[in-house]
Amino acid sequence: MSFLKSKFHHPRLARNELGLTHRDYEGSLSTLCAGCGHDAVGAALVQAVFELSIPAHKIAKLSGIGCSSKAPTYFLDQSHGFNTVHGRMPSVASGASMANRSLKYIGMSGDGDTASIGLGQFAHVVRRRLDMTYIVANNGVYGLTKGQMAATAERGSTTKKDNKVLWPDIDLVTMALELGATFVARSFSGDKEQMVPLLKAAICHEGFAFIDIISPCVTFNNHATSTRSYDYVRDHIQEGLIADFVPVTSEITTSYDEGESNDICLHDGSVIRLHKGSNGFDARDRLSSLDAIHKHRENGEILTGLLYCDPTYRDMHDILNTTETPLNSLNENELCPGARTLNGINNAFR
Amino acid sequence: MKPTNTIDPTHFHKVVDCQYACPAHTPVPEYIRLIMARRYTDSYMVNWEANVFPGILGRVCDRPCEPACRRQRVEEKPVAICRLKRVAADNKGDIQDRLPKIPTKKNGKRIALLGAGPASLTVARDLMPLGYETTLFERDEMAGGMMRSQIPSFRLPEEVINSEVDIVLNMGVEPRFGKEITSLKAILDEDFDAVFVGTGAPNGRPLDLPGLKEAGDHVKIGINWLASVTFEHIDEAPKRVVVLGGGNTAMDCTRTALRLGATDVKAIVRSSYDEMKSSPWEREDAVAEEISIIPNHTPLSYVVENDKFIGVEFDRVETHWDKGKRRLVSTGEKPVLVECDLVLVAVGQDVSLPWIERDVGIQFDDWDMAVVNRDTFQSTNEKVFFGGDVAFGPENIIMAVAHGHQAAASIHRYLTDGRDVNDVPIGDYTLTSQKMGIHEWSYQTAISDEKRNVVPIINLEEALEDITAEVELGFDEKLALSEAARCLSCDVQTVFAEDLCIECVACEDICPMDCINFVLNGDEDDLRSRLIVPADESERDLYVSGQLKSHKVMVKDEDVCLHCGLCAERCPTGAWDMQKFLFHADRAT
Repeated sequence: MSFLKSKFHHPRLARNELGLTHRDYEGSLSTLCAGCGHDAVGAALVQAVFELSIPAHKIAKLSGIGCSSKAPTYFLDQSHGFNTVHGRMPSVASGASMANRSLKYIGMSGDGDTASIGLGQFAHVVRRRLDMTYIVANNGVYGLTKGQMAATAERGSTTKKDNKVLWPDIDLVTMALELGATFVARSFSGDKEQMVPLLKAAICHEGFAFIDIISPCVTFNNHATSTRSYDYVRDHIQEGLIADFVPVTSEITTSYDEGESNDICLHDGSVIRLHKGSNGFDARDRLSSLDAIHKHRENGEILTGLLYCDPTYRDMHDILNTTETPLNSLNENELCPGARTLNGINNAFR
Repeated sequence: MKPTNTIDPTHFHKVVDCQYACPAHTPVPEYIRLIMARRYTDSYMVNWEANVFPGILGRVCDRPCEPACRRQRVEEKPVAICRLKRVAADNKGDIQDRLPKIPTKKNGKRIALLGAGPASLTVARDLMPLGYETTLFERDEMAGGMMRSQIPSFRLPEEVINSEVDIVLNMGVEPRFGKEITSLKAILDEDFDAVFVGTGAPNGRPLDLPGLKEAGDHVKIGINWLASVTFEHIDEAPKRVVVLGGGNTAMDCTRTALRLGATDVKAIVRSSYDEMKSSPWEREDAVAEEISIIPNHTPLSYVVENDKFIGVEFDRVETHWDKGKRRLVSTGEKPVLVECDLVLVAVGQDVSLPWIERDVGIQFDDWDMAVVNRDTFQSTNEKVFFGGDVAFGPENIIMAVAHGHQAAASIHRYLTDGRDVNDVPIGDYTLTSQKMGIHEWSYQTAISDEKRNVVPIINLEEALEDITAEVELGFDEKLALSEAARCLSCDVQTVFAEDLCIECVACEDICPMDCINFVLNGDEDDLRSRLIVPADESERDLYVSGQLKSHKVMVKDEDVCLHCGLCAERCPTGAWDMQKFLFHADRAT
């Protein structure tokens, strides 16, 4: 029985600014199917948080129901976690964020949890621009209930049992763009080089960051007629803008010719550096991004990479003018303004 | 890089660090696994096939396997491989019917074996089952060579030597013991089909300093003195003994002197403590018996005043390194006189072949050593083969055994029609999947966190009272099983089939040691620098696949792989499999 992962690690393993290795950010051993894309998403998240040197206890991971929503158990086991009700993760995340702005919120959801039962909640959390990273591990299938097609499966593709998908799919990326997300990206679980910088940028982005990650289901949706299989996705992927993430602390050393690179500066001072984009769209222009996504889709291609980012929009906390201090750290004087102030307020209503 | 050639056994053989480091290529993980299953007799036989003297080597082997052990790169200390070998020997049952059958009808070929040490005995062990007749020449009355004469019985009991030497002698070897070998010509004249010279390096090197003659009996050669103790010609030592030298023989001299009545025993060494030639554990054992080791002292003279032996005078030195060469430089301080009653000189051993006539067709080199082919062990007289310390200078028992096996194979090729003595095969291997079912493997995949176990010893008082009392008690079963579980099973290989891989990279993610990488190909230096944990400095090979669908390749750094099987466990397509690699070195067949 080899379902025990040894605590031994490579003697020359890299350490981050906190003196930790990436092994210190792991979760318990995954019980998802061998080869599940969600595990690769988890590993990329571990790597991203490790590289950002964020203490694990400054992160809260939230999820709904489904294979994707089991996944947070398998990463960041020193972080806060809340496995919520099906499709209701955004509500819990909103409440948590209202109570404590100082944590980084990572939502891990799936195509069923977000595009079906949770679509309403999803629409509103995007609209409110909650400061969080919202990941959908999108495999186009309900793995936990044995292989029914999800709302993100493309019309014309077939299930493992050879049933045709009759309805057009919901594209969560264009939806998020329409609804006002300020950071939108698409990636592939088989491409860690792309996932890690995107996740780092999303976590540092202040506002609602949405990443749709195509994460093949090896058990129910990796057959030849699927459009979410490892082979199909690899063959149809078009990487749009290649993003480097440059953290606040490091000097920008690489340079590109003019026209080849394009920097987006985030609130915390870190930079997303985009380059080698030959697809001719501007990631700061919502319409341009939407156009590029649709064009690639018409050509049967899947456009991946950073699709849209605008760090200038205000997030929910800015709009509501909430306090920076977590509620649990406010003292009685701050919470209770006193009888005089209360009288003043009451008088205003008379 | 080109894909790793796994048809050739070299890559996987090197992954089994212990077996690769063992000159006789003992399948270490295989016998440790049998100990874990408490199949001691089977474990003993796996050893016996490879190294002929498991009980002896389980006590006194130089253990080149242990510094090579991967466990040391992952944790702190290697698996106690050597002492586990003793466990197999201590607990084995009757092996009589497992020994090779000796044909009663002989093949008509007669072999002379000169010197009854580990090399010659190994040749006999390999050739007797093939129908050869062998005659064993030995100057002592008993077989065993340096194993018997130079290793004190408190480290290696006589019964252990007897039982393992007798297994070979009982195959029907004709003994000619108790007579000094004085002429090779005389032996060649007896019309043997081949002669194997395994006479070792029996001459202790003297230390000719001023006062040697005057000192007379107060200065003795260490190995001769040890042999006299073994054969009971000497049974006491004076109170104050100085041993010159820092090798294993020196350590044996000090501990033997202590048991024969000496109370003040010093080993005085030219080098620094860390650079001493002895194995670290033998040094530690001596220190544990309160032997004082004095480093950085070069002997100047034996001091005799008014016909009375006083002691040895030393110059104090420091070690300097010049372009990798060691120089001992005097500190300029006043010489130190160490008073004593007996000096044992243990500064090295030499091969001495005055009994080989120079006109029998054997060529000698500038150092008066016979010229011997390193692959076939054949000398320039095609009938005469060499092995053990006599071939290329003093080494150790396991090296002598390895030489014996290879020389026997060469002799057999030489005497078989249609075979070329120079056609040396590299050995054979089997590769067998260990998968039993879902999450089930036929080897221990869980990694033990236990630290290396210490072998229990008898108390010092008891040890010093009786020179034949074995100091180490060996592992009991509980310790043995705990120690055996520390083995990482490096012989169970991670075998990768690129045509099955779908590049989900689950293996890369799960690997506890970050060994597995999916990267674009490049030359070796480039690839090594781009791994998750760069391996620029590593001496271990990379395992590289052919190109995958995404144009990347799988690159595995074999350095610290735990062989835990998680890559295979996490692989959805069976592209990874755990397969047991059993390497069989070339043997006479």
